Amino acid sequence: MRSDTLSDLQGEESAFATGAVRRAGVMLWLTSGMAVSAVVLLIGMLCLLSWLAFAGGAFGAEAGQLPGALEVLSQGQSPYTAEALFSAVVGTITVTLLMTLVVAPLGILVAVYLHVYAGEHWYTDLVRIGIHNLAGVPSIIYGVFGLGFFVYWVGGGVDEWFFSNSLPRATFGTPGILWAAITLALLTLPTVIVSVEEGLLRLPASLREGSFALGATRFETVVGVLLPATMTSVVTGVILAVARATGEVAPLMLVGVVKYAPSLPVSVQAPFIHLEQKFMHLGYLVYDLTLHAPAGDGRIALIAVVALSLVLVTMSLTTFAAVLRGRFRYQYAQEGLL
Amino acid sequence: MNHPDMDAFNAFIEASKAAKTKRRQAPSLQVEDVSLSYPAEPNALQNISLEIPSGCVTAVIGPSGCGKSTLLRCFNRMNDAINGCRYSGSIFLDGANILSEGIDVTALRRKVGMVFQRPNPFPKSVFDNVAYGPRLAGIRSQRQLDEIVENALRSAALWDEVKDRLDAMAGNLSLGQQQRLVIARAIAVEPEVLLLDEPASSLDPISTLRIEELIYELKSDYTIVIVTHNMQQAGRVSDYTAFMSGGRLIEFDTTDRIFTNPSERATEDYITGRVG
Repeated sequence: MRSDTLSDLQGEESAFATGAVRRAGVMLWLTSGMAVSAVVLLIGMLCLLSWLAFAGGAFGAEAGQLPGALEVLSQGQSPYTAEALFSAVVGTITVTLLMTLVVAPLGILVAVYLHVYAGEHWYTDLVRIGIHNLAGVPSIIYGVFGLGFFVYWVGGGVDEWFFSNSLPRATFGTPGILWAAITLALLTLPTVIVSVEEGLLRLPASLREGSFALGATRFETVVGVLLPATMTSVVTGVILAVARATGEVAPLMLVGVVKYAPSLPVSVQAPFIHLEQKFMHLGYLVYDLTLHAPAGDGRIALIAVVALSLVLVTMSLTTFAAVLRGRFRYQYAQEGLL
Repeated sequence: MNHPDMDAFNAFIEASKAAKTKRRQAPSLQVEDVSLSYPAEPNALQNISLEIPSGCVTAVIGPSGCGKSTLLRCFNRMNDAINGCRYSGSIFLDGANILSEGIDVTALRRKVGMVFQRPNPFPKSVFDNVAYGPRLAGIRSQRQLDEIVENALRSAALWDEVKDRLDAMAGNLSLGQQQRLVIARAIAVEPEVLLLDEPASSLDPISTLRIEELIYELKSDYTIVIVTHNMQQAGRVSDYTAFMSGGRLIEFDTTDRIFTNPSERATEDYITGRVG
């Protein structure tokens, strides 16, 4: 009798164990399969774009007859020149970095406020729900808001106060790279807030208590212990924000991007950056080439090379951030925090 | 080499070191009619009164949820962080009521250090962990910090083990070392009272023994209050013992008396393992 129950138990246990093992095996196959197909897709896309860009005209009757992107770019047909491509790369990087400068501190401040200072009330829950919903607002709405609020209202105000000499010619009261960056920052703010707050939530409460017990104020605790310990989450949030922001075109069309900018938004002489200038953006260039460029010689190659640049810029920005995160993560793994 | 001035200088250094290590008079804690409630636990503490003597180790024992940790956290106002926590009564430390509204809580916490149940080193180096408190107090000079950190680590019996890796991350230390590190961190702000909330509950027997030895060594300089689940530990390290149950203080006496001849039946039942 007793041995029966024992063997029953063992049988059940091993059945349970094999079930678990099988499930784990399926999960492993599924996840590794997805990872592999993601990599294959990415490489495939990059190969396709490169082939379209550099192999010469691939479509139509004259396949193989048309020039590749390099020839088209070097022919210097305005406005689609190598300079324009370069300007768009610089514009994309500049607007994204400017956005990061705005969104990272703002996101950290909001997340710290919500997590450390606000306490648990129905209205902080309301604020959280609002933030989560903001992440779902279509980006063109942010563009409209940016145009109305930042460009016309704030920018117009700045012009009246500081640049009244040059009125009625607008300085900041017109779309420009600063407003584009701030609009993008607003667009990606929810991502950063949520990521940083999750990071703060993951920290053990004992860290906070330990700091308080040593006579630290809340501010000292945030700056001295909590934020350094949550840097990986901050960087993760910024990576997600950068990835989303570099892909956005719609809001930029309203707040500062142009088809052709005569000069770069950055320069090697002081003041180094021209916040009021309009700028070129790879995403917009793809759109413009696709819909407005004259059909014919090498248009597809051009589209492909611009798209390829956009993907590469996005990838290098996020890779840079991921390397940074890896360094933080290594540090925290050492500290037993992860 | 042995210039007379140098001898005088050395003598001065020795004298100041001696003055530093001389036994200070640590203060006592007078708890008067303290009651505390939070929404989840309306009677967390009920009319607790006792006097925790200075320069001794006082153990607080009792079954889980009896309020012993809550009482401990009254001494440095850590309960303030809990939503809806209300308390009444008074606790006097150096003649001031630390439960009164006007008290500077951060200054109080520098005077009353605390060590938690699980080691909670900050994600920083060993050195930065110990220097955290002194830096908050405004000490910036590297030489001064070096000295404070070394003294604190020596007092916590950790110096010999970590002196070659002060820059290593605190998380790399063993759990027992981490717990001594957070004790050093608490000592570094030169508190008068040291609160230990089950400081050895997550440690192995050998680390536990080291912590107990440490408590024994520290008691000449600090008033120590230790909350513990471990009856033998209370018997080994403490001079006085308070037994709590259901938010009330049942009995408070010398440890010898509590363990050999308690006056309350409930205490005896708990000590002998019949309840709890």
